[in-house]
Amino acid sequence: MANKSGTRVVTVTNPEGLHLRPANALASLAKDFNSTIQVSHRGETVDGKSIMSLATLGAGQGVRLTILATGDDADDALDAIEALFAAGFGLNEESAQDTNHTTGR
Amino acid sequence: MRTLQGIAVSPGVAIGEALIVDTEGFRIPRRFVMRDAVEDELQRLNKAIDAVADQISRNRDAVTAQLGDQCGAIFSAHLQMLRDPSLLAEIEGLIRKKHYSPEFAVSKTLRRFAKVFQDLDNVYLAERAHDIVDIERSLLGKLLGESREEFSHLSSPVVILAHNLTPTETAGLDRRFVLGFVTEIGGAGGHTAIVAKGLEIPAVVGMGRFLTDLSGGELVIVDGNHGQVILQPDEETIARYRHEVEEHHTLVAQLGELRELPAVTSDGTDIKLFANIEFPREAESCLERGADGIGLYRTEFLYLGAKVEPTEEDHYEAYAEVIRQMQGRPVVIRTLDLGADKLGTLPQGEQNPFLGLRSIRLSLRNLPLFRVQLRAILRASVLGPVRIMFPLISTLADLRQAKMVLADASEDLDEAGVAYDHDVKVGMMVEVPAAVTMLDKFLKEVDFISIGTNDLIQYALAVDRGNSEVADRYQASDPAVLRLLDQSLSAARAAEIPASVCGQMSGEPRYTMLLLGLGLRTLSVPPSAVPEIKKICRSVSIPKCEEVARRAMTMENAREIDTYLREELRKVAPELGTN
Repeated sequence: MANKSGTRVVTVTNPEGLHLRPANALASLAKDFNSTIQVSHRGETVDGKSIMSLATLGAGQGVRLTILATGDDADDALDAIEALFAAGFGLNEESAQDTNHTTGR
Repeated sequence: MRTLQGIAVSPGVAIGEALIVDTEGFRIPRRFVMRDAVEDELQRLNKAIDAVADQISRNRDAVTAQLGDQCGAIFSAHLQMLRDPSLLAEIEGLIRKKHYSPEFAVSKTLRRFAKVFQDLDNVYLAERAHDIVDIERSLLGKLLGESREEFSHLSSPVVILAHNLTPTETAGLDRRFVLGFVTEIGGAGGHTAIVAKGLEIPAVVGMGRFLTDLSGGELVIVDGNHGQVILQPDEETIARYRHEVEEHHTLVAQLGELRELPAVTSDGTDIKLFANIEFPREAESCLERGADGIGLYRTEFLYLGAKVEPTEEDHYEAYAEVIRQMQGRPVVIRTLDLGADKLGTLPQGEQNPFLGLRSIRLSLRNLPLFRVQLRAILRASVLGPVRIMFPLISTLADLRQAKMVLADASEDLDEAGVAYDHDVKVGMMVEVPAAVTMLDKFLKEVDFISIGTNDLIQYALAVDRGNSEVADRYQASDPAVLRLLDQSLSAARAAEIPASVCGQMSGEPRYTMLLLGLGLRTLSVPPSAVPEIKKICRSVSIPKCEEVARRAMTMENAREIDTYLREELRKVAPELGTN
């Protein structure tokens, strides 16, 4: 596995911050990649595949988060995550679809 | 170490391991598993997680189908939380490395996360702590399954920390294993508080939320004297409280020696010391304490504990048990004294339950229910000296109606040829200021009175002591209350009708001299207070008490009176002057 790594800074745009559903969307997406995903906020770094850890960051609207991805698909992961933030976590009609694929296991 | 303040409702100190009972009633003991059972326990955990995941998926599908994806998404988030790698790693770590049971590890970990959420600045996220508690409950539900512990199955001493304990649950506590308890909700006047006092289990209620960050097994001190709860106390604090417990035991042992001695003052006046009880089994502790009888047998628990209305036989059996146990000593049975809300018969909500359809008013409105109780009391009256007492009498019409229903019930028994004591004494509680004002009239129609200070204080001072905004205004020693007592006792003396006081006031050592000084000769107190009050009676003279009462009656506020009464108590019984 080629170990590449990269970082990306993203902004939380939705009004209620990175609450459970956005955190769920992010963790689900992160799990689709082989790379480890780490999310940092105010010096605290947590596992991007852990909804609980993401939510406990308590990141409100307007907060900027640093995403660090390490692994063979690091770039793809960062692109996808950036798109997710840009779309406001798709928290309208598609949000449930975003998350459904994690539930079959 | 953390000290939390609540409301002291049952005195004494308890030191022991915490057993948590949350809103759902799950009891999570701190448990450890054997090293070689760790793998099995992990499997059990995984099975529980799978089962909860199935349940959440089904909920999600059902909700999504009905309400759409937006609502279903929250269950997807729950599912994600349940499978969260950090969470699972933490739980597994506790089981593998610390050998915690899966229940304990789940509870500990999820409560830690809930606490982190709660402490977040983001209000929206802080609210999500509930979601975590929800998942904890589901997991514990699967893990504990049928083996959920009940209070009756306790096998080692614990301190119960609960969101709430119902009066029935409290009544079922086993004194051998429950050292004390603490609840998040509840107030000083609640039935749970009264039962705790009856059972003599140290208790603190009304703590507010404090269970979230506890998982059980921690050392806790319950200080039922000062309403304090100390979590994870330091060595020094433990030592201090252990010392207090020992001193208390010494005092109890000393007071125990008074059991066979009469409550007679130093100048030879006999005082009758009766006891207040809730449950038949308390009769035994009345005898142990050397009580002269039961001055107040509250019968509400026949109604509160039961899912269906108690039958005449239910009543009869309870009364018969107490009367037999008391072996010829008088037993004053008070008829139903509950609010309509407690019986679930209220057509609509009352704005002011304490001024509403309760107590004798409720009985007079539900005659069949009232008759059942009166018939049972009458039938039990052949077993020993029984007295019937009507609560919350506020008008002469109340008293006359109640006596008429009693006369009806007697006639029915006569017709059916059932035996009862035809001379059974009938009395009333004096607990409404209107009754004090009109007492000379009432005294012509009753055989005895008992002054219920709890309600009398509340109605006279217009204070709900369960309302923390005004609870400090609730003072037994308020000069207005003392005047009402003085008036009542003088009227009873003039009419030569026996009077007693059965409220909490009569069980508090600092008021004993005052009450004797006002002319009271019969006190009805919680069984646990009998020895203390007897000790005071035996240490004082009536002239001295009269002097104390006269002086107190000249004072203008409760605090001054309390300070004075405490000082006087310290002079005659220094070891009892701490409260």
